[in-house]
Formats: sequence, structure tokens, C-alpha cells
Amino acid sequence: MITQQSEQLARGDITSVALTEHYLARVAEKNPQLNAYLWCDTAHALAQARAADQRRAQKKNVTPLTGIPIAIKDLLHVTGAPTTCASKMLAGFQPTFSATVVERLQMAGAVCFGKTNMDEFAMGASNENSAFGPVRNPWDPTRTPGGSSGGSAAAVAADLCSGALGSDTGGSIRQPAAMCGIVGLKPTYGRVSRYGLVAFASSLDQIGPMTHSVKDSALLLGAIAGHDPRDSTSLDVPVPDYTATLSTDVRGLTIGIAEEYFEAGLTPAVESAVRAAIKTLQDLGARVVPVHLPHTKYAVPTYYIIAPAEASSNLARFDGIRFGHRSPHSDSLRALYEASRSEGFGPEVTRRIVLGTYVLSSGYYDAYYRKAQQVRALITHDFTQAFATVDAICTPTTPSTAFRLGERVDDPVQMYLADICTSSCNLAGLPGISVPCGFSENNLPIGLQIIGKNFDEACVLRIAHAYEQATEWHKKKPL
Amino acid sequence: MNYEPVIGLEIHAQLRTQSKLFCACSTAFGAAPNTNICAVCTGQPGALPVLNRTAVEFALRAGLATHCTIAETSVFARKNYFYPDLPKGYQISQYDQPLCEHGYLDCAIDDRTKRVSITRIHMEEDAGKSLHDVVGAAGSCVDLNRSSVPLIEIVSGPDLRSADECVAYLKTMRTLLMYLGICDGNMQEGSLRCDANVSLRPVGTEKFGTRAELKNINSFRFLEHAIAFEIERQTEILRSGGTVIQETRLWDEKAGRSESMRSKEEAHDYRYFPDPDLPPLIVAREWIEKTRAELPELPEAKIARYHSELGLSAYDARVITAEQSLAQYFERAVHGNSAPKKIANWLTTELVGRLNTDGTTLADTKVQPADLGALVNLIESGKISGKIAKTVFDEMYQTGATPDTIVARDGLAQVSDTGTLEKAIDDIMAAQAENVALYRSGKISVLGFFVGQVMKATKGQANPQLLNELLKRKLGGA
Repeated sequence: MITQQSEQLARGDITSVALTEHYLARVAEKNPQLNAYLWCDTAHALAQARAADQRRAQKKNVTPLTGIPIAIKDLLHVTGAPTTCASKMLAGFQPTFSATVVERLQMAGAVCFGKTNMDEFAMGASNENSAFGPVRNPWDPTRTPGGSSGGSAAAVAADLCSGALGSDTGGSIRQPAAMCGIVGLKPTYGRVSRYGLVAFASSLDQIGPMTHSVKDSALLLGAIAGHDPRDSTSLDVPVPDYTATLSTDVRGLTIGIAEEYFEAGLTPAVESAVRAAIKTLQDLGARVVPVHLPHTKYAVPTYYIIAPAEASSNLARFDGIRFGHRSPHSDSLRALYEASRSEGFGPEVTRRIVLGTYVLSSGYYDAYYRKAQQVRALITHDFTQAFATVDAICTPTTPSTAFRLGERVDDPVQMYLADICTSSCNLAGLPGISVPCGFSENNLPIGLQIIGKNFDEACVLRIAHAYEQATEWHKKKPL
Repeated sequence: MNYEPVIGLEIHAQLRTQSKLFCACSTAFGAAPNTNICAVCTGQPGALPVLNRTAVEFALRAGLATHCTIAETSVFARKNYFYPDLPKGYQISQYDQPLCEHGYLDCAIDDRTKRVSITRIHMEEDAGKSLHDVVGAAGSCVDLNRSSVPLIEIVSGPDLRSADECVAYLKTMRTLLMYLGICDGNMQEGSLRCDANVSLRPVGTEKFGTRAELKNINSFRFLEHAIAFEIERQTEILRSGGTVIQETRLWDEKAGRSESMRSKEEAHDYRYFPDPDLPPLIVAREWIEKTRAELPELPEAKIARYHSELGLSAYDARVITAEQSLAQYFERAVHGNSAPKKIANWLTTELVGRLNTDGTTLADTKVQPADLGALVNLIESGKISGKIAKTVFDEMYQTGATPDTIVARDGLAQVSDTGTLEKAIDDIMAAQAENVALYRSGKISVLGFFVGQVMKATKGQANPQLLNELLKRKLGGA
């Protein structure tokens, strides 16, 4: 999609202003139903589009992204736009700086087009935790788009932007990508700067592209990846041209299949689609071998200790003192904290803060947080061993297709299990992509997850691209 | 029963880096509130910390100078608590893996040397400052200029036994940190402050008693008073059969007493955990060794050198090294001079004496170190007498003129010319025939009278030794 639009822009068939206006019109038409965007400002978008057109006209600093409208998940700062994290706590918050990824996109000439809805502070798997209403799945508006980057996923699936950025802490890019039938990539931890991303769980969060195609994903990743001196956890590893290594050829590559991922209560449709996808890759020349990831079953409980622990600390700054919601109902400092935070945070965020506070507290730290870190090391070790013999590992992205709105809201544990196939990647820091690999009998998309070695996004993208080019799934659009 | 105090100090020293620990903001003291701030040190959502390498270098110097083991891997942790002057809701500090551990510091206390163990030195960021009495403000205000300013916390072992020992230890540590160039030692501005853990135990027993933690100690005098008060308070409790409770107490110098701030039950659970925004701090062996090699000469070494090489008394050596500025002045003054002991005397008694009287410091004096050395040279070479030297020094102190200039201009050079002196003696003897006779009859005590007379005649410039010699000879009839 981006590639074609880029060629059209280069030829002068269209302008960025026209493209941006096209998407603005689509957003005006579709967003009232889908609620994918929390903020989309005509003047803000068109000013960038005009600048991009000028760049193209003057042939100055033109990149394939110049003039391309990219939607931004609403936990990434874009100056001139509010950052709300879909929370009442930050309603109307104006950031003083742009995220590094946003700066890089704008440097490439992209149009940062609107802020997309999400689960509050990225906590959730259905987008129902947004303080500003849930996002609806373009394939079936009675269903969730997945989460937490559900707004970005729905915006791409419904063609309300050329591509989008999401963030993934336990599956928040890949899971909604699978449920919305698009491509979602979580890069290696440290590949993309987190500066300007409102942190959920700092050791797990990673920003990545959500796109119509694998090639678009490669293009966007190339633009946002690379060391940033403002993020001490971003690593100084050279960024290859990810589009250059895409190929339809997977011969010579070894793909691992971990049966542990097929024991996670998959629906029959998901299981057969994913197994068929693996067969396709085999037919394309990849060698498929079994690998063993014995600690997979501990990933979700481990994740739900580490992520809330970090969140409980990361979200402490929302205290009503300097920014964010400040309760008018308080007559002491303590009351101010309690009222501001109780009123500002929704129930799931509150639950995780309580959970995280508990697992870090004196007397429980060893039993929970320390133990979780030890298990995290075991999960990482599983992958290290597996990657000694394979180039990538293929799994389902989610155990089921998109579920109905309201179906799981009263059962947090069931909701948490939506991350069962994705959270291991975050714990181990590995890159993972979800590509469309089929549809259920009721026409809901299914995702294939391809997990790669650290900093080997190129391999993951190559396999995903080969698969995509060999299949027709990505061509199917929601009505 | 007699009780023995057991005291350990936690010293917080602000590192004198240009910028803060995790951002590029200035650390300058005294700027208008909230002017040295940015997204990072105000805890804006999305901002991330980046460690200041100079601060690490400074902490390394402290660790190496106190003989600590340096951890090649140390970890920054988050100390979580809510307070308006703590913008992130946590303080970044080192917790179970500090940079430096297991060191010691030798302190001179009266005539003995006490070795105080250093349990650990860790790095951390400072919090902001709450202001409760801002004119025109409806409520309390917060100034975040100090937020994220780099600190080291130096934790001593429970080795101190009295208020005097605490003061001596803190003074020695302050001097050391200033020598290392890592802390300005300014206790009034809070660059150096400490907390004290105090407990009592029956003399001769090993087991520690229950401790109280004293907070808010920012001067030597406060430290002395707070410790003395606490020892007395706990002694009274124990003597009357009570038990000391574990608590944090706040020292109030004005009231001359401490007040309970919070009990053990009310203590915070800080929920420390490694800060996921900062990778473990890796300090390469080479960096440690380079820093060690570049350490300046420290007070201990200076004392030894002044004593053995320059012949200073241990006392003088200690006095001069107690302030780095004084030691630097001294070393400049003795440069190329053969009488360091004399220079030490002039420096500590005359110059420092005058400065103290006038309430100024060495930094402001007009007397250049080389000029003080030159003055001593004039005395040593017999050019001027000790008495005249005081007059010369007076003017050096007032105007900053060099001693040579003053002596030449006022003709103050000592008269050592035998002919001139003999003439003066002859004149006096001629006028004082009776006293000459008296001397010659055996009353040699009148010699002093003659010395005085000749001195008067030569405006005090006669070389006293030569004068004595000549007088004795002439009065003796030679």
C-alpha cells in the first residue's frame, strides 16, 4: 500500500494533500462507527501534507514515506496533538516534545495523521479499556479489534491510513493485527527508541509498525529503528535496509515449530490455518523442524507479574501534582493523591497498579517479582537453545479469532490469555511479526506469528513476505 | 549500668557535575525556581533517563579514595514513594548492587587515628524541594531545580562511639571529598548533609540496641548537638527501665531537641526494583584503574609528606591539610623555599589568624603565596629581622605589595654592616660612660640596655646577632 502510494506520489499522480484529504474523508465517514481515532485534526494533518508536497516538488529529502499518512497510537507524543493514552487521567494532555519515532517519521516526510484509540495505558487485549469507548473490529463491528493497539489495527484494516504505529508489551501489536487481518511487527527490544512513548512496562514495551503489507512493515521499521541516545535501552546496532532483503524465496531457511504453542487451547480454525501456513512455507522450500520451548506455559503468569510491577512504578507520576487529572475533591495531600488517581484511572489500570504494588512489596518480592525474573531467564534460555538450530519459529498469533465486545470484560484471566502466544517474545526481547494466514468460518482473520532471533527482523520480514506473496489472504478487505 | 553509643552515619554528598544525573539540566545552586528543569527531571510521561558519566567518575573517585571495592556491574533501582517534590513517584538510586563497597577512612581524633569502615557508597538522584511559605501562593509550591541532581550516599559501619568521633569523621570525609574535587562541601547549601543511626548497648556487650535514625543534620554543630542529645535521651530511657523504639527523628537545632517523625510501623515500603529504563552500569577495569591513577594526592599522603619531607610537626601538617585551599597555598609558598616549617608558622599563625579575625578567607587575601615565601626568605637570609618582618607582613596584608618592594621603599633592610654598627655603638658608649663602667664592673645585665639603645638609634634595623657580638666585644674593652 505505502509502496504504491509512494510511487503515485513520485509520479505526481496524486499529492500528499489529496491522499491526506482522502483519508480525512474516510475517517469522517467510518470513525463514528469504528472509534479507531481519538484525535484527527484536519489542519494538523494538512500542514504536514503540504510540507511533504513541497519536499517532493523541490526534490529535497524525499524518501518513500514523504507524504504518506501514518496513524499514531495515542501513547506516542506528537507535538501539536494531545496524548491521552485513552485515559481520563491524561485527557487533553499536551506533550512538550515528540517521540523519537515520530521525529524520525516526520524527518522522512511522513504525515503523522491522527492519534489512535487503545486500551487505557496499553493495558488490555480488546480495546474495551479505553476511557473513550471501545474500538470496533472492521470485519465485524460487534467484535473487538484486539488490543491494546486496537485503534491502529482497525484504522489500517478499514483503510483509514496508509499505515500506523502501535506498541507491544505482551502482544499489543501482533494480537490486534491478527484479529484485524493486517501485518503487525514487534521489533527486538532495543531496536526502536522508546523516548516519547508513555511507558507501560519499560522492559517489555516496544514500538512497531502496523501495516497493510509486509513490505510496508519493512519500510516503516527502517524509518523508526536505530539507536537513540535519549533511550539508554536502545542499542547501537546497524539498521539494514529491510526492504532490500525481502524475497519470495525461503529456501535454505529452517523454521522451528513449537508444539507448546498448539496446546494453548487453539480454536480448530486457528490451528488448521496456522498448520496450513507452515505447510505453505515448507512448500516454498523452508525446512521445518520441531523445537522445544518447555517454559512457554509460564509466560502469561510471568508477564502478569513483571508488567504490572513496572506499571505500578511507571504510573506513579500521575499524581495530580504537575499534570494530568487533579481531583477537586481533596483537602489534604493524601486525599489529593487518592482522589486524583481513583478518578483518573480506569478499573483495569487500577487492578494492575494494585497487582504490581503487591508483587513488589516487602515480603512478597522474592516470591513474585524475583521468581518471575528467574522464569523470564528460563523462557529466554528456551529460545536461545531453539535458535541454535532454527532461523525462525512459527506459531499462531492468537488462540482464537476476534471475540465479541463484552464477552470477556468480567473475566480478566480469560482476557489475559489472549496474550498466551505473544508474551514470550516480549519476555525474551525477540522480534515477532503477525501476518494474515486465513479466515474462520465466520469470516474473521487469523494470524501467523513468526518469531526471529534478536535483531534479525530482516529474516522475520523475509519469511513473512514470502508467505504473503504466496497467498491471497492479505488481499481480502473488510466490507 | 554504663552504656556505649553505637553510631553510623549516612552522608549525602552532592557531586559537583555541571549537569544533572540523568539529563543535561544545570546543577547550579540558587537559580530562580523551576528554571533548571526539563522533561526528564520533571518526570514528564515518555521521558527517559540517561546516565551522566562524569557523575560515575566522581563516585568512582570517592570509592577509590576510601579504599572501597568497585563493582564492575552495579544496578540502578527505583525507590518508590509519593511526594510532591518527587516528580516520577520514585527516586532512582542504587540498592542491592551499589557501585562501591567495603572501604574505610582513617580519621584523626585528638591524638589518635580511628579507622571508620565504609559499608557502601552508592549513586542516586536528589529530589526537588517543597516550599511552604511562598509569598502570594495559595498553597505549597515545588521547585524542581534540585530534582535529579547527582548525589552519592556514603554509609559508614556502626563504628562511631561519640559525638566527637562523628564530627571528626564527617570533617575528614568532607575534606577528602573536596580534595577529590567531587563535592563543594557546602553544608549550608545542602551539598553535604547526613543522617545518623544511633543506638546504645551496655558497655562490654556485642549485641546492638534498638536504633533511632536522626535526619536533617546539615552542620558539624548540629551533628554534635543531635548525637549528644540522642545519647542522653536513650540513656535516660534505658536507665529508667524503658525500651528505645525504632523510629526516625528529626533534629530541630532551634529547639535543641529531636522530634519523632515516624515509627518503624509507619516506615515506607519503598518497593525497590531494578530500574528497567537503565541497563546495569558496567565500569570497565581500565576505567577504574585510570581513575585510581589520576587521583590527586590525598590528605593522608600529604600529612605524611609534610611531616617526613618538609619537617612539619604532625599537628601543623594536619592543620594545613584540613583545608585543601590551605594546603595548596602552603605548597605554592614553599615552592623553592628552604624553610617550610617557618612558612607553616607564618601561614597558620599570622595569615590565617588575621583572616579569621577579619572574617575573610584565603581565597580573598591579597598576600600571594610566593610573597609569603619571599618574606620568610628575607628573614632567613638575615635581610630583615623577625620584628621588622611583622611590620612588612602588615603592609603585605593591607596592600598586597611584595615584601621586597616594602623593604626597599622603607629602607627596612637589616643593618649588618660592622662599620655602621660599630659607629653607632661607639656613639652610645660615649654618651653612656657610667653604664659602660657599670658593665665593666661586672653588672653585665646592662647589656640589654645597650642593645635597646642601638636598636633605637638604628630604627630597629640592626642585625641583633651581630649587634650582640659587637657590643660584648666593645663593652668588654676590646
